[in-house]
Amino acid sequence: MTKLKTQSLHKRESKLAQANKQLEILSNGIFQNGELPTFAKKIAESNQFPLRPKKLEILQINVGYMCNQVCTHCHVDAGPDRKEIMTKETMQQCLEVIKNTGAHTLDVTGGAPEMNPNFKWFVEEASKAGIKDFIVRSNLTIIRANKKYHDLPEFFKKHKVHVVSSMPHWTQGKTDKQRGNGVFKQSIQALKDLNAIGYGIPNSNLKLDLVYNPSGAFLPGDQAALERDFKKALLQDFDIQFHNLFAITNLPISRFLDYLIASENYEDYMYALVEAYNPSAVKNVMCTNTLSVSWDGYLYDCDFNQMLELPVNSKVKHISEYNESLLQDRDIVISQHCYGCTAGAGSSCQGTVASN
Amino acid sequence: MQKTYYDPSDLKKFGKISEWNEELGSKFFEYYNSVFKEGSLSEREKSLIALAVAHTIQCPYCIDAYTGDGLQRGITKEEMMEALHVAGAIRGGATLVHGVQMMNKVNKLDG
Ligand code: SF4
Ligand code: SF4
Repeated sequence: MTKLKTQSLHKRESKLAQANKQLEILSNGIFQNGELPTFAKKIAESNQFPLRPKKLEILQINVGYMCNQVCTHCHVDAGPDRKEIMTKETMQQCLEVIKNTGAHTLDVTGGAPEMNPNFKWFVEEASKAGIKDFIVRSNLTIIRANKKYHDLPEFFKKHKVHVVSSMPHWTQGKTDKQRGNGVFKQSIQALKDLNAIGYGIPNSNLKLDLVYNPSGAFLPGDQAALERDFKKALLQDFDIQFHNLFAITNLPISRFLDYLIASENYEDYMYALVEAYNPSAVKNVMCTNTLSVSWDGYLYDCDFNQMLELPVNSKVKHISEYNESLLQDRDIVISQHCYGCTAGAGSSCQGTVASN
Repeated sequence: MQKTYYDPSDLKKFGKISEWNEELGSKFFEYYNSVFKEGSLSEREKSLIALAVAHTIQCPYCIDAYTGDGLQRGITKEEMMEALHVAGAIRGGATLVHGVQMMNKVNKLDG
């Protein structure tokens, strides 16, 4: 693994900060010379091209790319130096949609969503809409980062927020390698804080799930087996409990793409993804039931397409002109990064999507 | 002509051995897959045993396969190296325990 960077690709003015450069890489080389089939060609083999949405279930809102961490694999290229933050006005527009959507899940993500100055207001307002499952993706360390965030667990509890947090491993070495020095210790403390008020305890309705994604250029193993190992180790070593573990494949975009190229793993990784392609995962990929809203209110098929600046292929482009039925009638925009969603048991923000 | 005996891409073609003997090939893979299923030992423990054996028999394909398998299962590099030392200890021990045979012979002939 390359040395942990402390700045985003954007700040470093890396070429890969540009979405079109990433898309170029994903379309050229082994996919251009026919060594590997393009994703479009692959899904056409099982008559799944073009990819179309099914019923909308999840509205995922990215409230900004600012984050207190600079993880090596981050597909958002998030970090303290990112200034893209959703305004209160755009949040207001999102709230209008949240009140009327048919989606049963609201998924708030970032960056570290808590760093948006209007985060608490937004959660308070959104929780009034009565959405069944209200997720906030919290990176854990933010809870411990600054005194002003120490009350987050109580705040989440008050609004019955479902907390989903990243944890790449149950050991310090592997976690800190991916997420930065000291992250493991802080995350353990944050998990203890959450456990202490009832989050993650068996049968508690305060849901606490963990997200695992590999710390290097390999695919995640079996989700159920990893969950067992995580549960056993965290309980034994730290007396920590949680509900479910979602195993997520790293998609070859942004900082993970940068890492793959720098470590000369790019081609092998793409081979591994294509080889693990599972046609039965295609029908449940995240974009078939999710819509993603960016910090500036634009609509995307998923958070990954958002980062690649591939907007929805629809007349409706912005949350201010939201029209669910019009949006549902669209072809999903795909490229070779999509292979990350269909490898093995498949991968989405809610974990695997197919049973092998 | 191929310049080396081993080609990493051959690992992916392992399944092809059934093409020349369908019956035995399928029996082998069925057995192989059953062996690695969770039993009295966990899949994780079996993966570490496989890694240690792979190094003992020095099979580059198996080393490649079970290092990757271990990473996917969240096995740490410390655990992998410990497993290898078990293999190394048994290998070294097997050499040295034969020293008793050597000593017996020396003692008998030249004692
Ligand atoms: S992976 Fe999450 S915690 Fe890490 S830098 Fe990206 S947004 Fe922040
Ligand atoms: S990357 Fe996005 S568009 Fe592509 S398959 Fe995954 S969820 Fe769908």
